[in-house]
Amino acid sequence: MTDAMIGLVALPLTGAVATLLLPRSATVVAIGAGLATTIAAALLLFGVANQGALHYEMGGWSTGLGITLRADGLSALLLMMTSLVALAASVYASAYFSAASERARFWPLWLLLWTSLNALFLSGDLFNLYVTLELLGLSAVALATLGGKRAAAEAALRYLLVGLLGSMLFLAGVSLIYAGYGTLDLATLPRVVEPGPIAWTALAMMTTGLLLKTALFPLHFWLPPAHASAPAPVSAVLSALVVKAAFYLVLRLWLDVFANVVTPVAANLLGLLGACAVLWGSWRALQAERLKLLAAWSTVAQLGYLFLFFPLLLALPPGPTRDLAAGGLVMLALTHGFAKAGLFLAIGVIQQRCGHDTIRDLDGTAQHLPATTFAIALAGVALIGLPPSGAFLGKWQLLAGAVETGQWLWLVVTATGSLLAAAYIFRVLGHAFGHQPYPNQPVTVAREEWPALLLTAMAALVLGLGGAPVWKLLEIGT
Amino acid sequence: MNWDAWLPVLVVASSLLPGLVIFFLREGSHRLRTALNLVGAILKLVLVGILIWGVFHEHVYESRWTLAPGLDLVLHADTLSVLFVTLSTVLWLVTTVYAIGYLENAPHRSRFFGFFSLCVSATVGLALAGNLFTFVIFYELLTLSTYPLIAHRGTPEAVRGARIYLAYTLGGGMLLLIGTVWLHVLAGPTAFVEGGILGRLPAEYHPQLKVIFLLLIIGLGVKAALVPLHGWLPQAMVAPAPVSALLHAVAVVKAGAFGIVRVVYDVYGVNFTDQLGLLTGLGIAAAITIVYGSIKALFQDNLKKRLAYSTVSQVSYIALGTAILGPIGTIGGIVHLVHQGIMKITLFFTAGNYAETLGIHKVSEMNGVGRRMPATTLAFSVAALGMIGVPPVAGFVSKWYLGLGALEAGMAAWVMPVLIISSVLNAAYFLPVLYRAWFREPGPAWPAEHIPAARFETSAALLWPPVVTATLALAAGLFAAAPYSPLEWATLIAHREYGL
Amino acid sequence: MLTAQVLYGLTACVIVALGLRGALLHASLLQRVVAINVMGAGVFMLLIAVAYRGPGLPPDPLPHALVLTGIVVAVSATALALALARRLHAEQDND
Repeated sequence: MTDAMIGLVALPLTGAVATLLLPRSATVVAIGAGLATTIAAALLLFGVANQGALHYEMGGWSTGLGITLRADGLSALLLMMTSLVALAASVYASAYFSAASERARFWPLWLLLWTSLNALFLSGDLFNLYVTLELLGLSAVALATLGGKRAAAEAALRYLLVGLLGSMLFLAGVSLIYAGYGTLDLATLPRVVEPGPIAWTALAMMTTGLLLKTALFPLHFWLPPAHASAPAPVSAVLSALVVKAAFYLVLRLWLDVFANVVTPVAANLLGLLGACAVLWGSWRALQAERLKLLAAWSTVAQLGYLFLFFPLLLALPPGPTRDLAAGGLVMLALTHGFAKAGLFLAIGVIQQRCGHDTIRDLDGTAQHLPATTFAIALAGVALIGLPPSGAFLGKWQLLAGAVETGQWLWLVVTATGSLLAAAYIFRVLGHAFGHQPYPNQPVTVAREEWPALLLTAMAALVLGLGGAPVWKLLEIGT
Repeated sequence: MNWDAWLPVLVVASSLLPGLVIFFLREGSHRLRTALNLVGAILKLVLVGILIWGVFHEHVYESRWTLAPGLDLVLHADTLSVLFVTLSTVLWLVTTVYAIGYLENAPHRSRFFGFFSLCVSATVGLALAGNLFTFVIFYELLTLSTYPLIAHRGTPEAVRGARIYLAYTLGGGMLLLIGTVWLHVLAGPTAFVEGGILGRLPAEYHPQLKVIFLLLIIGLGVKAALVPLHGWLPQAMVAPAPVSALLHAVAVVKAGAFGIVRVVYDVYGVNFTDQLGLLTGLGIAAAITIVYGSIKALFQDNLKKRLAYSTVSQVSYIALGTAILGPIGTIGGIVHLVHQGIMKITLFFTAGNYAETLGIHKVSEMNGVGRRMPATTLAFSVAALGMIGVPPVAGFVSKWYLGLGALEAGMAAWVMPVLIISSVLNAAYFLPVLYRAWFREPGPAWPAEHIPAARFETSAALLWPPVVTATLALAAGLFAAAPYSPLEWATLIAHREYGL
Repeated sequence: MLTAQVLYGLTACVIVALGLRGALLHASLLQRVVAINVMGAGVFMLLIAVAYRGPGLPPDPLPHALVLTGIVVAVSATALALALARRLHAEQDND
């Protein structure tokens, strides 16, 4: 099963080099590499489910100097989501970029992004996490500039600077950790880290850096322009996966590495910022004039929900109730990944087929793309958190945790945010009904419409109805 | 899983799967779509027949699927669910036939019938829900699948009506969800059990349980159109007639009322609800709704609007019956779940027929319509008389049991006046319509005659459904004492609830 | 000699703080890129200070490896930032 771990990094990386060398057959090579990577992710998921957490020391170097790959239930799940989302987005991208020159620039960067995501989820120590985080940021910025327009370049530059600042803060924290405890190994650190100025400063710096990258309110300012001006398949992975990578690190730090350092007050602060993100992000999404901006603001809001879990997780004693809440958090993150990626792909279809994505002018146009409109509806179900989406189960745990610990504020925020989400989603869907005759075929452009439909169905149906194994998998820790 | 576990799943799937296939059909494949619809509806009818027989013989049908640790999706057939499932299934078949006739050559039929099937699947799932968690899931699915049906015509009014519907129902759904989660934290998985499960909780929980009850009832009351939560219902009238028919008779409004029955009888337990002092409040809310809806109906010239306010009023008889302690009141409330459904669907079918055939939308345009469309008007008359409570139509049976139950429970002092006032008001808004239709001279021309009189007064697919449902309404009253009649089944439910 | 290590460490912290201040407060793009690089230099200096293990002892190799990798990453990031800035500049001239 360690082969699968190596494959997850080596396959997309090889693909990236190959697409650079063979620009003419880049699409075929890239899709092939993507398929192989997805198979590796599935093998890893089964491996972790059956054999427990895995680790591998590359080149035989021991932990510390060498690179250690680790996979537990959480990382296996995120890797699976990454592969499925990236594969679907790849298929869509093969139709999205029409010019050969565009494709030649796109595929190497795309596979590099995929490589860095996989490497990040597999990294077993803080420094490798820094490197992969940086690699991820750089490839994401380069991809975001492919939008071509001036606005895209401006947004990408801002994105880059914010990302660099975030990684530098993270690295400073990492240095402090090494100074204080002499190790960066994720498995060793939880045992040696203890409350004190070093741990607090390091945690504060690393968390701030990561919050910047995961765009938690009020550090979200860079996200809407960057995500809204990138090409559709890029926006999909930026919103679905890249911000999740930084969030994954926050989760690891707060729940594993610094588990005995973090305090309820600090967690409440995160929760409060999350609450502001939910309300402000949803409100701005409701005001948005363009679909892509709506989706980007909705990402700000959806990330907020994830942070609402922190005060609950800290208030609950270790045990089954806490595990339920933690599972709800991961379920919400996974559902959002699939839903948001699908939403951006669907918006891409509308933008290319209708020539614009202005919400006010969608009347009639959306009707010619019933499958895409349906994909938006499915994504909406997941973003609102209605059954049978995975987000419903996630929000159920959020509400249950809030009731359990008597933290009613988060309950009110969640309810309000969900209703606001319903308002912005149905504001779009209302335009899909009209008098124009229905096209003869439900799915009009298969390669463009199916990826979005499958991703959103994954979020709105599969995760909700078949998501119970997620909780089982999360019991498998490092 | 064996057959007993599969049956509830199959009952839901028999409309769900055809619905999903229909979405992907080309707009022109009219015959395949019709065939799928009818095969699904008939298959469902057969499966439900088996279900009725089995439940009567105390057979246990249950399917369970774990969604998350401690959260199971449970489909379970008990007497109450079978009653609602049967009503939905029979009326779905009839409405499908009607809708095929009604939407002939209209655009977007694949979308329409797809969501129509989803809507019925959600209703049936809700009827078979074995715990509150499952109920909430199907309750929200029902909201989602109804929205496209209300917005179907795509006019600004339709989209607006659908938006108002959504605002009300999603808001209500959120309260229902919060109440359910809260209850789940207090009491664990809340399975529907005859007699309720909350009575055994310690007394210190009682204040919380009261708040939760309020949340649940408000959440359900939105769909059940309890005043002042009824605002969406008249707006939703913009939907095509088959949708209105289904909405008012089985799907949405009834889902709310059914939920109230479930919460009172099978979650809290009627005796425990009474002990918490919540039953009277529910009864008063129902009484206010009954009278208010009737008064509003009196002033509507638009026929569908008049019927909509009549629904507001009539559905609350179910809540009223629930609030009357004792088996006879229970019977009255539960049997009205079926009776109101059959009668109201007839009224909406016939209203649709007037509009489709002659372009009649207003009561004031109905002069002499009985001569032009005698069968339709006869069906309308039977159902209207039933609503008023004239024997031997079904509505009489409901009101009789409600009155008797109130006497038995010592609540006659306020229930009786409500019943009498509402019946007088029912007569006041229905009898003038009947008078116009049968005895007034028709005007020189109908507003817009779409379908000329040929062999029948209108197209066959439009004519037969109301005739069939009117006959059912009459039969449910005439043969109320026959085995497997709605009344007998409601009696069975009441006996099992009270452990008689 | 321990004081030298502490001195290095504290200086590193001051550099990080200065870089951070610059990155947050400067409006000009180029200045911000430079400030982030200053901040990076501070972090690398901190790591080098950490590597010191006492007189006569060989320094800890791990932080050195980290610094090398960090510098490579920082250089590439700066290159990308400058390339983007140049592109923006060129487009501005075109307008």
